[in-house]
Amino acid sequence: LPAGLWLASSVLVAFILLPLGALFFVLPPRELLEHLASPAALRALGVTLKTTFVATALAVLLGTPLAYVLARGTFRGRELLDSLVDLPVTIPPVVVGVALLLAFGRRGLLGRTLDLWGYPVPFTAAAVVMAQLFIASPFFVKAARAGFEGVDGRLEAAARTLGASRWRVFWTITVPLARPALVSGILLAWARALSEFGATMMFAGNFPGRTQTLTLAVMTALESDLDAAVAVAALSLVLALLALLAAKTLAGRPGAARA
Amino acid sequence: MAAAFEKRHPSTRIELILAGSQVLRTQIEHGAPAAVFASADLAHADALRRAGLLYPYEVFARNRLVAVVPASAAVAGLRDLARPGTKIVVAAASVPAGRYTSELLASLPAAHPDGAELAKTLRANVVSEETNVRAVLSKVVLGEADAGFVYATDVAAAREVRAVPLPEAGGIRVEYAIGVVARRPRQAEAQAFCAFVRGEEGQAVLRRFGFEP
Repeated sequence: LPAGLWLASSVLVAFILLPLGALFFVLPPRELLEHLASPAALRALGVTLKTTFVATALAVLLGTPLAYVLARGTFRGRELLDSLVDLPVTIPPVVVGVALLLAFGRRGLLGRTLDLWGYPVPFTAAAVVMAQLFIASPFFVKAARAGFEGVDGRLEAAARTLGASRWRVFWTITVPLARPALVSGILLAWARALSEFGATMMFAGNFPGRTQTLTLAVMTALESDLDAAVAVAALSLVLALLALLAAKTLAGRPGAARA
Repeated sequence: MAAAFEKRHPSTRIELILAGSQVLRTQIEHGAPAAVFASADLAHADALRRAGLLYPYEVFARNRLVAVVPASAAVAGLRDLARPGTKIVVAAASVPAGRYTSELLASLPAAHPDGAELAKTLRANVVSEETNVRAVLSKVVLGEADAGFVYATDVAAAREVRAVPLPEAGGIRVEYAIGVVARRPRQAEAQAFCAFVRGEEGQAVLRRFGFEP
């Protein structure tokens, strides 16, 4: 490739890398580690891992059938449904938080009943999971749909003619062939859940050890202790980077998709 | 306030940067071209003073910490908020309103015979620590929380909620500071704005929004 092209593309890369890199170099490594080992940071890490894990699992559980319907179904309004699934990506997260309150809050459409039954949602870890699921699930559904669409329908049909049930075909043909896309969708959804902030703050509040995730801890620390905020921000960056790298590596693995 | 000032000084335009005191302080520390710094507490003004970034400041308004509850709630004081199951939202201890709330709770054991117990139950009722006092108010306005600790002025501007005065918070001084940022252009205009805020006309504006002189 011409050198000019490299040069031109390096501008954006440098623009992104410089501020992110600064997060790691503004503090001496020892201080960075000390902040990370603080009880507050560890508690936020615990809440984050727990909630994002559950949210991602739910996204897969509920998103897989939906993605399959979108990929294989032929019905009117399919593209409309697809757009609806994408909607959460385009709405500002704070608006999502308000919407979740209006639906599941104490005075919300459904929340009123839940509250009466003794299951108030706001200010609980479940609220954190719901906010993350709302924001992050489209990333999985999109990737999974693309993955299912990439599977040759004739292979599935052939397996069916050989007497395999739909269920068996799905697990032995479709899922293995779509695996790279599914894995990358899982990791993308997880990375997005990891960085969720606006909806969580609004819907789940901010309580250390219960609803305070890493991003909320950063925002809280930012009000008083810039160093602690930087340290926790660096930690979330590492987690997100790991997720993205894993997604790229696994999705890019040759063979599987073309088998 | 800015509009009233501009009417008196037609040649000066005031540009307001509104954010939490900590954020504004960080911006000034990193060279933001601000002429005047107005802070919701004295600590941030003191910090800029020590760093040589702010000329001597003055207190321009005072406020009170109150409990905010839905207008219809049967709450007369702190004790009613200690009932089990009451959802209380506070500001995080890293922001001024949260620091005042911590001060209030910490002062209870010395003020009441059963103050330690009261403070403990109140703390147990806290469901969220918001990063700004406005978020505390909105959680109560939206009906998600039963009570919150905010400034009297916040409640004055909100609907469907009312303030419960807290005699226990009488000793907590909520003071607002204003001062000219050091070594920035337009010192004279900055001085004039500070004087205006502290003058009769500025104080009348502040009073209208519930601030105390």
